[in-house]
Amino acid sequence: MLGLLASIVDGILVGTVYGMAAMGLTLIWGVMNVINLSHGALIVAGMFGLFLLSQAFGLSPYLSVVPMLVVGFVGGVALYWIAVHRTIGRPPLMSLLSTFAVNMMLIGLGTAIWGTSLFNVEVSLPGLSFGGYTFPGTHLMAAALTCVIAVLLYGFLQYTKPGKAIRAVSGNREAAELVGIPTRRVLAMAFGLGAALACVSGTLIATMFPFTVLAGSSYQLKSFVVTVLGGLGNPAGALLGGIALGLVEGLATPFMPVSWTSIIEFALFIVVLIAFPRGLFSFIFKRS
Amino acid sequence: MGAIDFFRRPFFWIILAFSAIFALAPAVNGNVQLREALVLAAIYITLASNLNLMIGYAGYVNFGSIVFFGLGGYIGVFLISAQGWNPMAAALVAGIAVCGMALIFGLGILRLRGPYFALATIGVNEVVRAFVTNFEPWGGSSGIYISTISYQSLGGPRQALWTIFFLLVGVMALSLLLSYAIKISKFGLGLLAIGQNEDAASVLGVPTPFYKALAYSASAFLPAIAGCLYFFKSAFIQPVDAFDLGFSVEVIVMVMLGGQGTVTGAALGAFLYEELRGWLLVSDTFSNFQLVIAGLLLLVIVAFAPGGIMGWVHRYLPWTRKLLE
Repeated sequence: MLGLLASIVDGILVGTVYGMAAMGLTLIWGVMNVINLSHGALIVAGMFGLFLLSQAFGLSPYLSVVPMLVVGFVGGVALYWIAVHRTIGRPPLMSLLSTFAVNMMLIGLGTAIWGTSLFNVEVSLPGLSFGGYTFPGTHLMAAALTCVIAVLLYGFLQYTKPGKAIRAVSGNREAAELVGIPTRRVLAMAFGLGAALACVSGTLIATMFPFTVLAGSSYQLKSFVVTVLGGLGNPAGALLGGIALGLVEGLATPFMPVSWTSIIEFALFIVVLIAFPRGLFSFIFKRS
Repeated sequence: MGAIDFFRRPFFWIILAFSAIFALAPAVNGNVQLREALVLAAIYITLASNLNLMIGYAGYVNFGSIVFFGLGGYIGVFLISAQGWNPMAAALVAGIAVCGMALIFGLGILRLRGPYFALATIGVNEVVRAFVTNFEPWGGSSGIYISTISYQSLGGPRQALWTIFFLLVGVMALSLLLSYAIKISKFGLGLLAIGQNEDAASVLGVPTPFYKALAYSASAFLPAIAGCLYFFKSAFIQPVDAFDLGFSVEVIVMVMLGGQGTVTGAALGAFLYEELRGWLLVSDTFSNFQLVIAGLLLLVIVAFAPGGIMGWVHRYLPWTRKLLE
């Protein structure tokens, strides 16, 4: 019983990081109605960014979070202008395909450079022991950093001018243009922000688990499940959805082999998409 | 519009002629290399034409269309190797079974629109793959091997390879004919209407849920048969190859490259992409870059030429519109 509880708590800790990854996805989706299929590649970029920074510069893993945020942002803005800009306003198929094309290119480059072997970043952090079970220090730290970033994001969106501009554009783009907001630039910034979140979540995941270039797709699918659970365009819902997914994983892992958890996640994904298209938590938040 | 109209259209005969040349080219002098290349091309054309039914006609992007190919392969290979069935019977049963499963899956996910549907198709592929990987009667993650005994019913391995080739060309021809027949039928008109504006179509009396489900399961039938034949020929099937999402997306690239919504486009795109892919895999500089190039190609097509090659051809050479649909 205690073992199950420990598994659930650990699942929740890891789930917050999934939630942050999903926050990036849902932000982009909510602001410009684009599903960023290169999300997984951005997560992998964050993972390998950590690898490179800690190897090449011997940077402490948690210090790398800030540069990865910047790299993710710049990358995201570039991605917007290369792939997404021309597809705004056109059928959704176009933006799906163009972001997927970018994904193919990035993962292709990644496998060409790093192959498909397993990478690991050693992070030694004392864990928290409780009743015979130890919660890994890396999981605790990652969850804590995620909460910090989530609070910062909330503050940014609520209280700063660019944040408000993003919210305005996501509410009604034409009205925002009419009041003089430079929507194209705001869209680029929102995409950059979403990419930065994806990147940093990758960095934090890399502190907890080993990774390969191809790991991005499984985290991307987890992000989709979380985004759909939390309701599209709803960053707070994404965080809650991440915790919910972490909970499900924590509940499932003691009882079934690891390979079955992905079946449960995907099945959950399809069920939530069909039964709760507005997300499980949409009834909590009044936003449409 | 009756069946006779179909036979009067020039494009029908072009498809038949094309398939005949396709089948006879390697057969004339027993050219095995050409046959192998054409087997791949036939499969790509089959997959692309059937995917076109969803993407080009109905406007629903099926990211996980490979699941039909893989499931057909698994059902067929299982029937042949474990149950000792005749390969052709197994292929037919696999096709029908996958068609039925697609109908069931489709009824569930076809309520979703646009990007949600696309994500759900990825989900379907991944669920099936994860399930098969854990399903011991089907070999789990190691897959199923076919021993040479199974080829005796087709006259031994060497003869079987030729028979499979002709069957695959037949499946390809059927796919092209099916695409064309649908395009000029009332069903196809309904699908095209759904692709333009689903709500308007529904209001005007097009039975949208029925048509969508029909298109989805129709697009599963021939790829499933092709899957059974292909994996029977390879004598080996495993989950990672059967449900390869990357390949599924390459089929989308083929349809977009050739020109979505056109029968010729799907075939042309499949053929060109197969050549490109073959060249990339062999060339030293680019062998790891195959997906990068595919991605770049897709990006360029989406940004600058969403109608693909046939879109361009139809625009500047209007007389081809009725000739090369």
